[in-house]
Amino acid sequence: MGEHVVLFNEDGSRTDGRGLDELRPIRIKVGVLSNAQGSAYIEQGKNKILAAVYGPKEALPKHISLPDRCILRCRYHMAPFSTTERKSPAPSRREIELSMVLRNALEPLVMTSLFPRTVIDIFIEVLQADGGTRCAGLTAAVLALADAGIPLRGLAAACAVGKADGKVIVDLNDLEDKYGEADMPIAYNPTLDGITLLQMDGIMSKEEVEQALSLAITATQKMHKMQVDALRERFSVQRRET
Amino acid sequence: MSITEQKPIISKLEQQELRRLLAENKRIDGRSPLQYRNINVHLGYVEKAEGSALVELGNTKVLAAVKVGIAVPFADTPNEGILIVNAELVPLASPVFEPGPPSEESISLSRYVDRSIRESKSIDLSSLCIVPGRSVYSLYVDLYILDYDGNLIDASVIASVNALGITNMPKYVVEGQAVKKTDEYFKLELKDHPVSITYAFLDDKYVVDPCLNEEYASDFTVSMTVKSDDRFCAIQKNGGGMIPPRKVIELLDRSVELGKELRTVAYGQLTAGNG
Repeated sequence: MGEHVVLFNEDGSRTDGRGLDELRPIRIKVGVLSNAQGSAYIEQGKNKILAAVYGPKEALPKHISLPDRCILRCRYHMAPFSTTERKSPAPSRREIELSMVLRNALEPLVMTSLFPRTVIDIFIEVLQADGGTRCAGLTAAVLALADAGIPLRGLAAACAVGKADGKVIVDLNDLEDKYGEADMPIAYNPTLDGITLLQMDGIMSKEEVEQALSLAITATQKMHKMQVDALRERFSVQRRET
Repeated sequence: MSITEQKPIISKLEQQELRRLLAENKRIDGRSPLQYRNINVHLGYVEKAEGSALVELGNTKVLAAVKVGIAVPFADTPNEGILIVNAELVPLASPVFEPGPPSEESISLSRYVDRSIRESKSIDLSSLCIVPGRSVYSLYVDLYILDYDGNLIDASVIASVNALGITNMPKYVVEGQAVKKTDEYFKLELKDHPVSITYAFLDDKYVVDPCLNEEYASDFTVSMTVKSDDRFCAIQKNGGGMIPPRKVIELLDRSVELGKELRTVAYGQLTAGNG
């Protein structure tokens, strides 16, 4: 706030040269960690994020377990060096909220009733942050779950949409996130037509929210294809090895 | 780490009953699906606070109190006052509230209320600067949940905005290097009257302002905060489940409609002269 930050170039493109509905370059790799049952790594713009899945395993202490399904534990965490100013490694209120929001977004995808009395741990570690970390983190976490061989109802990809300088845009970078007018992270499962993560802050009219929503759906559909490709790459490599 | 919550077991029979009633557009407490419970607002409930309001939304009771002080501004906003919202889920309010460090539910609640107030620009924080970079007003909004019967979000937004709306700010003056409190007061100016509207989804149907049983039986809830000019300043889905995009669009329309009604009821006393 305060001083005005320029978010668009003279030719109407964004500061990083993108069009309004253009995603940042995305690179995804599945199966990157040796100890986790499932893992994935994503780069989206300057974001670098790792996700790992452990489980299903026995839920201990026993009182946390549920008799009819497995429970999920989720931790979203930012490395101290992931931001311009050092971030304390202790979980902030923001990280605690996001861990919950991400768990809520992942839970409907997992066929939890197949693994009663167990727990699945999901860790999302942000190594470098560049805006939209919860979304990129979720996109990676879903792949880590798939990599762990946990039955899912479908994949979901997430992308932030929002508004900057009066224009509705897709996949906000750090600058647009900080100085833009609105930020709306969305996770969408295209096979079941369901939104599993929905948040918004900043100011948007009803029409703008609707427009942003439809842009988010197109963007997450594109990302869904990248997720499928990343999984295909992972398991075709494995087939060659065996 | 965030862990799957253990919802109290409300009987399968009651869950079925809630869904059966809703199929006929009825609810367990006799309301229609889009009807709010009765709202009572007591302004100035705590005299020691510079502004306060006790809000009753049906059996849910939320007390919001504003304490005003001075503080050093945050480095990235040297010309702005400080607004901090904190929520206490007081153990006496419900058997599911436990003493101890703030739960993720209380953090998520206070962050949502914070966004509703901050993003709607209800308070002009730049008007709360005394000496740039050195001294600004700080507003602490403390939410006390005193009785829990569902829908804490909507009740908390109403309580906070009412409390801020009657806040009397002690006037500070600059004397040389020091900032001193005077005996004078001025009224905190409220620029907007945001309201949050919360929907609880049971299968493909939804109700507004869920009571506790409906909240427990629901798959997830969606809250939307609407400003006086019908624009949105905060949205959040809480709990698992999936919502189809067309339902979100339907809720946007509903929220604009319901927001107008709710605003007159919730802030009637503020706009009638106190505010």
